[in-house]
Amino acid sequence: MRPLLHDGLASDPRDRGGPLQPLLIARELRKHFPVKNSGGKSVKAVDGVSFTVRKGETLGIVGESGCGKSTLARLLLHLVVPDAGELVFDGDLVDTRQLPVNALRRQVQIVFQDSYSSLNPRMPIRDSVAFGPFVQGKKKQQARDIACEMLGKVGLDPDLFGPRYPHELSGGQKQRVNIARALATGPRMVILDEPVSALDKSVEAQVLNLLRALKRQFNLTYLFISHDLNVVRYLSDRVLVMYLGRAVEIGPIDAVFEQPLHPYTRALLASRPSMDPARRIEEAPITGDPPNPIDPPPGCRFHTRCPFTETPCEKTDPALGIWEGPQSHVVACHMHDLASGHSRFENV
Amino acid sequence: MSEPAANGTDPLAEVNDLSVRFVTREATVHAVNGVSFLVRPGEVLCILGESGSGKTVTLRALMRLLPPRRTQIEGRVRVEGHDILAMRPRALRDLRGGLVSMVFQEPMTALDPVYTVGQQIGETLRRHTGCDRRAARTRALELLELVRIPSAERRLDAYPHELSGGLRQRAMIAMALSCNPRLLLADEPTTALDATVQVQVLVLLRRLQRELGMGMVFVTHDIGVAAEIADTVAVMYAGRIVESGPVAQVLKAPAHPYTAGLLASTVHGQPRERDICAIPGSPPDLRRLPPGCSFAPRCPRRTADCRRAVPEPRFPEPGHMAACLRVTGAIAIL
Amino acid sequence: MTDYSSVIPAKAGIQRGGAPTAALDPRFREGDDDTEQQVEPLYEEQALPATRVRGYWQSVFYRLGHDPVTLVFAAAVLLIVLAAVFAPLLAPFDPYKESIVGRLKPLAWRGHPLGTDELGRDMLSRLLFGGRVSLLMGVVPVLIASLVGGMLGVLGGFVGGRTNTAIMRTMDVFYAFPSVLLAVAIAGAMGGGMANGMLALTLVFIPPMCRVAETATTQVRALDFIEAARASGARTMPIIRYHVLGNVLGPVFIYASSLVSVSILLAAGLSFLGLGVRPPVADWGLMLSTLRQSIYVVPLVCALPGLAIFITSICCNLVSDGLRAAMDVRM
Repeated sequence: MRPLLHDGLASDPRDRGGPLQPLLIARELRKHFPVKNSGGKSVKAVDGVSFTVRKGETLGIVGESGCGKSTLARLLLHLVVPDAGELVFDGDLVDTRQLPVNALRRQVQIVFQDSYSSLNPRMPIRDSVAFGPFVQGKKKQQARDIACEMLGKVGLDPDLFGPRYPHELSGGQKQRVNIARALATGPRMVILDEPVSALDKSVEAQVLNLLRALKRQFNLTYLFISHDLNVVRYLSDRVLVMYLGRAVEIGPIDAVFEQPLHPYTRALLASRPSMDPARRIEEAPITGDPPNPIDPPPGCRFHTRCPFTETPCEKTDPALGIWEGPQSHVVACHMHDLASGHSRFENV
Repeated sequence: MSEPAANGTDPLAEVNDLSVRFVTREATVHAVNGVSFLVRPGEVLCILGESGSGKTVTLRALMRLLPPRRTQIEGRVRVEGHDILAMRPRALRDLRGGLVSMVFQEPMTALDPVYTVGQQIGETLRRHTGCDRRAARTRALELLELVRIPSAERRLDAYPHELSGGLRQRAMIAMALSCNPRLLLADEPTTALDATVQVQVLVLLRRLQRELGMGMVFVTHDIGVAAEIADTVAVMYAGRIVESGPVAQVLKAPAHPYTAGLLASTVHGQPRERDICAIPGSPPDLRRLPPGCSFAPRCPRRTADCRRAVPEPRFPEPGHMAACLRVTGAIAIL
Repeated sequence: MTDYSSVIPAKAGIQRGGAPTAALDPRFREGDDDTEQQVEPLYEEQALPATRVRGYWQSVFYRLGHDPVTLVFAAAVLLIVLAAVFAPLLAPFDPYKESIVGRLKPLAWRGHPLGTDELGRDMLSRLLFGGRVSLLMGVVPVLIASLVGGMLGVLGGFVGGRTNTAIMRTMDVFYAFPSVLLAVAIAGAMGGGMANGMLALTLVFIPPMCRVAETATTQVRALDFIEAARASGARTMPIIRYHVLGNVLGPVFIYASSLVSVSILLAAGLSFLGLGVRPPVADWGLMLSTLRQSIYVVPLVCALPGLAIFITSICCNLVSDGLRAAMDVRM
């Protein structure tokens, strides 16, 4: 469809700032869901998250339940309207005259986790995929042709699968349809919200290979959200670690995985089951459950489970370090902040 | 009902040629097709497989926890000498929770929401040991402390929805252990949990299993979890065991192409520049199994013979079984 | 990419092609036909399930076709409808022709198969023509109520928030009245007559249709594919048209079909009370009312309109039950 990117050259006609301009900048995004009848309490799902996504990269977002990653995915498309914060897409401020939300949705799409209701049970596959192009202005037949082409690109024979209904497909096949649906509108960026979590491991491998191939072919930028660290490591260039609505660490994937700075990241990485029976995990790296986002602890949100908690951690919420460039590895932790007074600074 | 085994080296649980079919008006689903294995006392057997492999059905057959009307079971299942498939319902109810107990995947639905945790554990205790209410409560408290639930006294009177996911799962484990079972069945107990909680529950289960000397059958689809907890592994595909053996051998040197494919397709540190080796196609329809080896359509090592008959078990090494025609090693003498 | 044989260690003893070793069972002929090199797939990369392509409505018809009870009653309803439609051809006499001599005659009297009424008119003809009115008053209010109530319900359910509250609480006001009383009150206030009777029934049926549509829409709205449709940039109306309506139509249709039998009963009731059609138009409820006093003279004849109402209503009810069972397809 579009010519491939050469080093540094952006030949997409919709490109506005060149390859060095970040494709997406999120600043201090915030979303609180009020809890009914609780006297003003709210679920602080996303509480001030900032990051950038560069053109052509895959940014991975990891975290456990309650960290807000799914809400964040929906905030980026304004499926849920943020309470505060702003989004800048290729230099244009979203939800303003520069870039209204509908125009954003032509350039950014989302693939959800495969659930039994991710596709309309009353619509044949082809029509489900054609719906996107159709509402964005294409004529019915044209939309159908685009849908058939996309089904072919994701490995499903359009003549065989087009007229089928979702209940006739397997989990992996349905997820391919979800991907086709997202790509049918020709986006530049795709948000993948746990796209392989509900699939069997052998099917997961097929879908991951497909995602990689499609990224190359269509020159896409990915935002890959998952709780599976191994998969994130395989696909991503950089990673963002979320905890209780905040970003606690951001950096290049190898740097974060090999030298994790935040205690939570370390615990997450150490919690991965080892594949070697001779080297089993003897002791759980962290105790307790991820806390409820309704009442986050004061100060650093992680301090209740952190083995290195000290007084500054209970009082102030650490900010993410200064962002210097695409390779920077920043963390929100008092142990890495000289001014915090934490005794372990420089001793981590 | 036969007498329990007298000898300590006898297997704790023994399954011979188990077949389970679910019959409905539309189709017959061949969920399990001739499965045989044994569990020794104090050993952890992990049944590894994807969805549709028949692992959960096999596990439930050990307790005969399958819908009575639709199910056709054949074969032999013995737990400590008791013939599970021939037992009368009353004896079966004594067995469940007593000699054999089960931990389920989703604690929110496995625990009754209208009773407190203490009441549910107490009910199991009173049913099986006949102790009075106060003794049951004391024992329930002991159990909650055994599974390392903090503030156990307070949590005894908590309802399931008031506990977090990890605590609920621990409570369910406590309930399963309440009557000192000899065999613990675990149906993907950590799949629904977060990573940091999953590792805690795995470490706990391993410790408890060792301390209490129970045998355990653990069903999972996650190879990492199997590596963490199993002594022996049985890999299932389309209702049959295709490979089994000591966990280190099976995971380091798999003999069956499916196991090898599963290991290769699990994302674990593969280089980013290359595609992951994926097994092509999808698992067969259990209503219409292909003749011969069920894995043959997806196998890169198939020959024409693979489709003629179901491969018999072969032993490339003692104790390590693989049901594949391409494996060297003596064919089992049955 | 699909050949993961490279990860199978040689130590495991798997043949990588080539000469068989002595340990291999002599029954196997190694190197025979299709081995690793030209792996011709036994089926395509993505295999389809073997079921036929069957949409939702096709499977509904399939199930209906295999449900003998519902088919029998559906045939009965069809007969009644046809009889009413072709009443002019089927009726032996003019339904308005009176006869002073031949009043209240029993069954099979001089060519009147079902006797005559209190003015000497032929019962069979009046029943056939009366069927037209009763069926009309049964179906039309339900149709209109489905449209109006359905639209309101879908709108409220999809938009949610204050609009939804406004619509549903307004409906609740009407719910506070028992339906029969409400129908009688409205029809009475408007002065009776067929049109007013149908209007009254329509107003009575709008709140329950609205509620059913709203519930169904609220459930559908929470499903993932609606969010995906929003994410692809669709506005509210296209989403409702293409995604919501198809999924909501089922429950609405089932409920509407069950309302038809109720509507026939209520319509007959209104006519019985004199709030429906005016004499001398033939209508089952009205016939029941005028024949009431004569029940000791020819009881069988006087019971006939009631029997007609009963049979029609029951058949519609049972067909609607069968429809519900057929449409409750879990996919």
